[in-house]
Amino acid sequence: MPRFLSAKPDARLIPLPWSTPLAEWPTEYLIALPRGISRHVVRFIRVGESIYAAKEVIEDLAVHEYRLLHDLKRLGTPSVEPMAVVTGRKATGGEPLDPVLVTRHLQFSLPYRALFSQGVRGETVERLVDALVVLLARLHLLGFLWGDVSLSNVLFRRDAGSFAAYLVDAETGELHDQLTDGQREHDLQIARTNLFGEFLDLEAGGILDGALDPLTLVDSIENRYRELWRELTGVERFSGSELHRIESRVRRLNALGFDVAELDIRTSNEGQTIQIQPKVVDAGHHSRRLMRLTGLDAEENQARRLLNDLDTFRFRTGQQQVDEAIVAHQWLVQVFEPVVTVVPPELRSKRDMAQLFHEVLDYRWYQSQREFREVPIAEAARGYINEVLRNLPDEAISTEFQPIDQSGRQLSNPYDPSAGFADENEQAPYDPWEDGAEPVAEAAGPFGGFDIEALRAKARQADPR
Amino acid sequence: MATVTFKEATRIYPGGDHPAVNKLNLEIGDGEFMVLVGPSGCGKSTSLRMLAGLEEVNAGEIHIGDRDVTDLPPKDRDIAMVFQNYALYPHMTVADNMGFALKMAGVAKEERAKRVQEAARLLGLEDFLSRKPKALSGGQRQRVAMGRAIVRNPQVFLMDEPLSNLDAKLRVQTRTQIAALQSRLGVTTVYVTHDQVEAMTMGDRVAVMRDGVLQQVDSPLALYDAPNNLFVAGFIGSPAMNLIQGKVVEGGAQVGDYVVPVPREVLAKAGSDATVTLGIRPEVFRLAPDNQGVAVDVAVVEETGADAYLYGTLSGLSEEERLNAQQIIARISSRQPPQRGSQVRLVADVGQVHVFSNTTQGRIS
Repeated sequence: MPRFLSAKPDARLIPLPWSTPLAEWPTEYLIALPRGISRHVVRFIRVGESIYAAKEVIEDLAVHEYRLLHDLKRLGTPSVEPMAVVTGRKATGGEPLDPVLVTRHLQFSLPYRALFSQGVRGETVERLVDALVVLLARLHLLGFLWGDVSLSNVLFRRDAGSFAAYLVDAETGELHDQLTDGQREHDLQIARTNLFGEFLDLEAGGILDGALDPLTLVDSIENRYRELWRELTGVERFSGSELHRIESRVRRLNALGFDVAELDIRTSNEGQTIQIQPKVVDAGHHSRRLMRLTGLDAEENQARRLLNDLDTFRFRTGQQQVDEAIVAHQWLVQVFEPVVTVVPPELRSKRDMAQLFHEVLDYRWYQSQREFREVPIAEAARGYINEVLRNLPDEAISTEFQPIDQSGRQLSNPYDPSAGFADENEQAPYDPWEDGAEPVAEAAGPFGGFDIEALRAKARQADPR
Repeated sequence: MATVTFKEATRIYPGGDHPAVNKLNLEIGDGEFMVLVGPSGCGKSTSLRMLAGLEEVNAGEIHIGDRDVTDLPPKDRDIAMVFQNYALYPHMTVADNMGFALKMAGVAKEERAKRVQEAARLLGLEDFLSRKPKALSGGQRQRVAMGRAIVRNPQVFLMDEPLSNLDAKLRVQTRTQIAALQSRLGVTTVYVTHDQVEAMTMGDRVAVMRDGVLQQVDSPLALYDAPNNLFVAGFIGSPAMNLIQGKVVEGGAQVGDYVVPVPREVLAKAGSDATVTLGIRPEVFRLAPDNQGVAVDVAVVEETGADAYLYGTLSGLSEEERLNAQQIIARISSRQPPQRGSQVRLVADVGQVHVFSNTTQGRIS
């Protein structure tokens, strides 16, 4: 009988066909969402309105990943939410099946294979790469050694004009107090290799824009990571007459979306030179400020955009001297809510509300430019909904993309992109290694131990003396 | 190819009260397959990661060949971690799946093709090179993953519990293949596992670690036949060696009403200790034909073909002692297995009884 390890149990998971290997689940339980490649069997399962990702993996790894994802959530890292580990599975014949790790599918998220579809612009790829770099740096700041950095292990969400990356696979991860430079380098080298492989794979599948060069892309990942890390943690020295550089550093970090919780400032005895180094930096500078002022939960760049609009509102209404929290409440009631409440319910699964607001602001800017007048926000919202939103694919669950791969070729298994294209079925050649791979006698006796006599025989053979 | 040398290598985690790896001295020969084994937290993975450059070396040095790599970044050490990640790319051929990292490293096309071909030959994958990986079995995927490491021609292969995420059948199959491949390639390999079966069946030599300290490094048979101390004696072997307390008396060590013979010169090494620990492997115990031997109350007899395993406790123990007493295990012939609840006498040849000091925990026989 299967056992469920879960902090927030969803009872609807219990009656699912756990005694069937995940790869053989009836399609009525499954939903074919685009995703990256995986070395395990992974399926998206639908229970009622909810969608979960299920991964079949040995027990140690399933429990390890479940706990690690919990820790990452607790630390405020952008990562998927672990739901359960289902252990003790047995097939109807009685043979044991590997446990299944269940995570909640991230709403409004897009895997890279969907984003790279139909001749993606170089600029978009750069933004994806940036999002991944920010995620990697955030994880490293927390002491998380990922061990398997790759596009397949990330989901992207729209974040104003950019993307925010979420970690979806922590199987090889480890949480340390602090990472050594060697550990960070190691992750970076893995990132390079994996991403290079993934880009080549997209290229081979005809999905990558021919103008994009895999090597240039991975080089830029490494360079951007190093730049960001230097800004986040590097030591800066300047003369005592340049105290403004402390403020500049903090502002630069804020602009990158980080708060400085601890800045180490050292001065020479006479105060002639000053050395500063951020010791604790927290991501989410803008999203935290937006949350504090308005209660809205948004990605970092969305938050930045909304806060800019809030600042403009404050200026326009001449309330620079009024408490920010009061103005924020006015903005929420008079500007933000009127925009999002006019969206018809059937269109709400196309964009999350913060993203929608950002896109309305963009729409209004272009319309104002075109018509040489300041378009009221309510009018812009109506125009955006009718001209843009209605025509967008649904992204709450991006079913638009399946089951055909972006190149237009049919996947051999719509539920598993790792299985390649359908038109490539071929007979496997004879493999003597597989032929000789009879189950080796694991144990002598009931202990699962090794056979010491066999070991002695081997040693005698190697050294007949 | 190269040797690997740990010289007094030490890793202390910030805030840790004792070193995770404490003054490790280990020389790994050119082409040798060295397995680091021990229970969780013993320092085996940390040692491997120090070699890989993932952990700082707080004191001591690490050399690969003649090069001191102690402070080199991981990518400059000419090592390859195997099975880190073996996701295969579905749209690329097996050849490209094996060689793509060489392309990134700027290796010329002909050279890449040559190395991939060579690795494929070693791995029996030549007929698969132009195919897509979708149809590959689990074992074949493992081999492609090994191929990725092989084409890099590293000086040292590092493997950290590479089989831990495989199912039982694939684990045994891959274990055999790694060992065979390593001996053919002759590349120095450091392999970390918590599984003594893997350690004993794969390694040329095995280093047993505990609490950050190297306990013994030896061939698998030497570890089995002459464990240095009580820890190694108890750790290596399944079922484990019987470790029995004996009182030092004239001519041997007394266990219950029987004196297990121990040579005088061995007893002398026990110094002033009143007791020693006797180590006897289950398979060297025999049922005593007469009444001479360690008396054991039989709890269970488990028959497995020609052999039977007898489980019991020493006779003559008080109720309280019995609760804490170590289980005695003996492998005996299943032709006339003793009855459950009966008492048997067990003996072993003097030469096969290991004697350990209770003060130093070290071997004195």
